[in-house]
Amino acid sequence: MNGLANASSLFFLSAGLSLIFGVSRVVNMAHGSLYMLGAYIAYTCASKLGGMLGFWGGLVATAAALALVGTLIEVLLLRRIYHVAELFQLLATFALVLLLSDVVAALWGVEDLLGPRAPGLRGSVEILGHNYPQYDLFLLFLGPVVLAGLHILLSRTRWGTLVRAATQDRDMVAALGVDQAKLFTAVFALGSALAGLGGALETPRQPANLGMDLSALGDAFVVVVVGGMGSIPGAYVAALLIAEIKAICIGLGTQHIAGVAFNFSKLTLVAEFIVMAIVLIARPYGLLGRAQGMPRHAAAMEDPLKPAGQALRLLALAVLVGLLAVPLLAEASPYTVVLATDVLIAVLFAASLHFIAGPGGMHSFGHAAYFGLGCYGAGLLLKLAGLPMAAAIAGAPLVAALAAALFGWFAVRLSGVYLAMLTLAFAQIVWAVVFQWETLTGGSNGVLGIWPPAPFNRAGIYYLLVLGLTVLGVLLMRRILFAPFGYAMRAGRDSPLRAEATGIAVLKVHWLAFIIAGSVCGLAGALFAFAKGGISPETIHVSRSIDGLVMVLLGGIHELAGPLVGAPVFTLLQDSVMRQTPYWRGVLGVVILVLVLVFPLGIAGTIAAWARRFAR
Amino acid sequence: MTSRRRFAIAAAAGVLAAAMVPAAVQAQGVFKIGELNSYKSQPAFLEPYHRGWQMAIDEINAKGGVLGRKLEVVSRDDGGNPGDAVRVAEELVSREGVNVLAGTFLSHLGLAVSDFAKQKRVFFLAAEPLTDKITWQNGNRYTYRLRASTYMQVAMLVPYALEAKKKRWALVYPNFEYGQSAATWFKQMMKDKQPDIEFVTEQATPLGKVEAGPVVQALADAKVDGIFNVLFGPDLSRFVREGTTRGLFKGKTMVSLLSGEPEYLDPLKDEAPLGWIVTGYPWDKINTPEHKAFVAAYEKRYNDYPRLGSLVGYITMKSLAAGIAKAGGTDTEKLISAFADLKVDTPAGPVTYRAIDHQSTMGAWVGRIAVEKGKGTMTDIKYIDGASVQPSDAEVRKLRSGE
Repeated sequence: MNGLANASSLFFLSAGLSLIFGVSRVVNMAHGSLYMLGAYIAYTCASKLGGMLGFWGGLVATAAALALVGTLIEVLLLRRIYHVAELFQLLATFALVLLLSDVVAALWGVEDLLGPRAPGLRGSVEILGHNYPQYDLFLLFLGPVVLAGLHILLSRTRWGTLVRAATQDRDMVAALGVDQAKLFTAVFALGSALAGLGGALETPRQPANLGMDLSALGDAFVVVVVGGMGSIPGAYVAALLIAEIKAICIGLGTQHIAGVAFNFSKLTLVAEFIVMAIVLIARPYGLLGRAQGMPRHAAAMEDPLKPAGQALRLLALAVLVGLLAVPLLAEASPYTVVLATDVLIAVLFAASLHFIAGPGGMHSFGHAAYFGLGCYGAGLLLKLAGLPMAAAIAGAPLVAALAAALFGWFAVRLSGVYLAMLTLAFAQIVWAVVFQWETLTGGSNGVLGIWPPAPFNRAGIYYLLVLGLTVLGVLLMRRILFAPFGYAMRAGRDSPLRAEATGIAVLKVHWLAFIIAGSVCGLAGALFAFAKGGISPETIHVSRSIDGLVMVLLGGIHELAGPLVGAPVFTLLQDSVMRQTPYWRGVLGVVILVLVLVFPLGIAGTIAAWARRFAR
Repeated sequence: MTSRRRFAIAAAAGVLAAAMVPAAVQAQGVFKIGELNSYKSQPAFLEPYHRGWQMAIDEINAKGGVLGRKLEVVSRDDGGNPGDAVRVAEELVSREGVNVLAGTFLSHLGLAVSDFAKQKRVFFLAAEPLTDKITWQNGNRYTYRLRASTYMQVAMLVPYALEAKKKRWALVYPNFEYGQSAATWFKQMMKDKQPDIEFVTEQATPLGKVEAGPVVQALADAKVDGIFNVLFGPDLSRFVREGTTRGLFKGKTMVSLLSGEPEYLDPLKDEAPLGWIVTGYPWDKINTPEHKAFVAAYEKRYNDYPRLGSLVGYITMKSLAAGIAKAGGTDTEKLISAFADLKVDTPAGPVTYRAIDHQSTMGAWVGRIAVEKGKGTMTDIKYIDGASVQPSDAEVRKLRSGE
């Protein structure tokens, strides 16, 4: 019963996201931010106006305000980039996350703001000997009511019919003369209003705070994916399932199983991701989801890969020479060497992600898992097994490859967002295990004292090691892409059916690609561990996975040079903006937005397009 | 190429160039302090902290600085994760040329920077992190820590919990090192003094995502006499509201870590849970002249009252000034020696940096939560000196044997 109220609030949070994704395929990272904005606006209404009007009127006002915000975002930003690669909206909405978090901090301050209780529903009622808050009871009933309302809206109205049609085949809807632009705007506004309402309804239960955006985002994605993207009833069923499982874990508390005490409440850290992994393995499109028709011509078909021309090779050589010269700066500007080391590790990380996300077409949202496992593999081999650094660095990719082999085996069987979410679920499970396994991994504090031995303790020398391995890793992956294996991989991405027909074992090829990417990523992780002298669970955290995607997209996902450009730009931007201003998140968000609008194919992608136009 | 594009490229190039500027030359006539903290990820605590240290620095410099030289703080956001924090620390050391680092809030960041300080042989004053490891298991000679550790804060509360003479207890804590170690210490210290104690249930909740309804229900079903709480921040607000609505706290002894700190107590307003025994910072009830002067100066300057973060930030910089004065400069080795048994007069009273484990004796206030004028506050307050809640020296040496 306690789970039911939480299920309702999870449902409000995720229904909007599901709707938006179902129709426009936008992976809306800003959904959690809209939810947070809703909570803050509702707080202001409820506490400044007060009373019945402030709270209940505030709910309506919040929904309306968020609908407006959603409309603005859709019209001013998203509409400009629908035509480019599908995932590119992720980058734009990620920038919004950064921006909105600073906007909210600037407007409302940094203190947690606990709203007043809901007028009329302040107390509790006794049910079966337990006190149950009236407001929870209200939420419990409101969930199904909103579900029914949305269901009627979608199935009984003409507008709903169009939305459902667009969910299944938006090109056909367009061909029938429906104004897609208006439809998309309306859906985005409705989704945003639902997010805002979800946030507003939470104010009597939890304080509006600046951490809401990201924690809500994770929950929303899980619910939407478990339920099936675009399925509103699915979202409700999923919310119910997850909330109940958590409630049961908490209710069990500490249990003694075969003499061993096990605290079930610790499972709540990861329960939803375990559910998501199991559901996706058993039902690849979520509980109530259906396979989605491929959008036709979502992005222009990519040209076949071309080996680098003379000019490009010369450029690469010049960059390499420049990079080799960096240690000469060790005296004059030691920080440059340190920063350059970080940049190179980011390049290797992003390049390994690009390997499967670009040519492989598998958008991994959990790539940090292999980075982190490389980190921990190297660190623990050094600390516990007492191996020297070289062996630890060599062993790390194997650890990551093992994990990639296991997770990849399941992941390559899915596609699109479901694949992305399954990789995310695996990454979160790895994260939770590392986070909890105090005795082996040092728990939340991680492992310290992993510094490279002489002569690598000098920044310049270590930098050269990182440079050598990064160049090796990048060239190796490039070589693979130009080998028959790489062609098979791209064939499997572009047309799985035809590829199978020509005798390519698509699953096997993609699985191998996944393992290769995982092990290269593990190498990056090992280098990171020694560069930082320690490791912590944050190396596996979802925010690192997202950083990786941002780097790839910023550089251009369809360009081999994409990650080589995106990773340095992102790392250097973050480093310098962070130093300049306390509002670095907002500034970074704005810069990324500008880059998104100026370089709609990613930086490398757009420049390559200009070059092609110029050559003609 | 449109002008907009050209502008964007120029801007990007400018940013890149800025990142490559060679090391700034150390300004003459100042002592530079490198400060780093998770300003963006923990703003509620760290904004007041920033104000606190800024005020201390301005006070020190208005009086002519230290040894005739001004103090200059180079402050950075540490990105909220250890990887970035270590890079930022590198930047402060190698580019800004500081050899004194201060700051950090989260335990794992504090530990990472502490290990970095050891590797690079620079001095580090950890301001906020509570983890016991930073002075014990992972303690190193380059690192001192200001705030009372998890162990110390639990030890301050245990006598009150024992006094209640309750048999059945439950624990609720955030599921990461801080919460786990607080729970472990509480169980150990209670069991030592009250062998018949029973710990009926434990709820370890994900940080920032407590499922308040089911957790409160589970605690109510456990039929306990006392609850030890370690939740803080938004988790605390959810727990308190849900628990109050469901009548969980009625007739139970509630013992709670950090809940009396304004950062966590103030959001609850008039719903602050009455009678909880807490550690905290009742800034308006501390009547020593030095603390009143601190509050007056702070309110005058910022038109706002101090939070615990303000006090911690203020004492951090005052301690560094005292240490630098005693060491005759910022030489790492001299500073390490100077901090050993360094006495600093602070608004919280005299504080000593222990030579044995590099922990300061800054204490905390213990009292009961009350509501006055629609706001949460503490009553029956007592300042407990950090020196009085330490394990024996022999135990400390054993804990710190890793060095």
